[in-house]
Amino acid sequence: MVRHLWVIAAAFIAAGCSCAPVTPALFAVVPAADGHIGRIVVTANGGEPRLIDTKYGAERISADGKVEKVTLSEDEIKSTFGPTMEALPGRPASYTLYFLEGKDELTPESKIELDKVFADLRHRPLPDIAVIGHTDTRGGLEYNDNLSRARAERMREMLVGLGIPAERIQVAGRGKRELLVPTEDNVSEPRNRRVEINVR
Amino acid sequence: MRKFLILLVALGFAGTALAADIGLVKVAKGSVQIQRGATKIPATVGTGLQQADVVITGADGSAGITFTDNSLVSVGPNSVFAIDKYRFDTTTHAGEFEGNLKQGRLAAVSGKMVKQSPDSMKIRTPSAIMGVRGTEFVVQVDETKKN
Repeated sequence: MVRHLWVIAAAFIAAGCSCAPVTPALFAVVPAADGHIGRIVVTANGGEPRLIDTKYGAERISADGKVEKVTLSEDEIKSTFGPTMEALPGRPASYTLYFLEGKDELTPESKIELDKVFADLRHRPLPDIAVIGHTDTRGGLEYNDNLSRARAERMREMLVGLGIPAERIQVAGRGKRELLVPTEDNVSEPRNRRVEINVR
Repeated sequence: MRKFLILLVALGFAGTALAADIGLVKVAKGSVQIQRGATKIPATVGTGLQQADVVITGADGSAGITFTDNSLVSVGPNSVFAIDKYRFDTTTHAGEFEGNLKQGRLAAVSGKMVKQSPDSMKIRTPSAIMGVRGTEFVVQVDETKKN
């Protein structure tokens, strides 16, 4: 009797058994906003890992246990995932604005750029904003730490003035510790006098 | 009275500064609930998420979530999505994200932890497990047919 059961079990395994019905599933790669095509690895229960790395490439698992690689159309993705994809929050973004030497005042170009940043921020329902101030290498550590902090604080005031709630904005000053353009010490470099605004 | 107000303010700040929050609901349409342990709380824009939370949407529901590593996940109608494991180190960008889509649909964009180490984000379904190497993908799990 025991031997009998073993034979039956072996027969099932040899048949690539799909004895128990499985929950159907679909996994698909979709292109990013910039067109980038990602990679996912799907391992069906008891199966081997399979790489999916093509536009709308997908792994489909059917109720009978069949696992197949398919390519979906954009329309199929939209009709199945439309409302789901619409609920994705805005992509994290990063902006850099530049300051006048030794001051917490934006350059004229960056004042114009600030409008674009604000237009983005306004469309996010509950933005998490980090403002990080930086300086060039002119002057001592402490002077630049204070200046970078002042730049970040000034930027926060501007954002609050434009209607962003203050508690959504964190500020930090990095002084001359994180140069965008590496220079020797005591070098005036406009591209290092900046704030980064990271938002998600 | 004044003391009471100060206490209220202090409690309010403590509430928003909860270190355990791993993500934030940014989009909530229709019926969206968070199952946390034995309690179910309605999710609105601004609701914080914790490890082991389960996001449950109704027929008209969908939700969009940002996680601390900048991963984005949205859950479509009639869905059940459990966050089995989540941790992220903001200094090293090392982390672990294990989601479990029990039913319904999700769309996702991977974040900093996947950039740092591919496959640190995984989505489980009843019939398979997916490792994420980046960046945008969708998953559907059909409802189990009732026999």
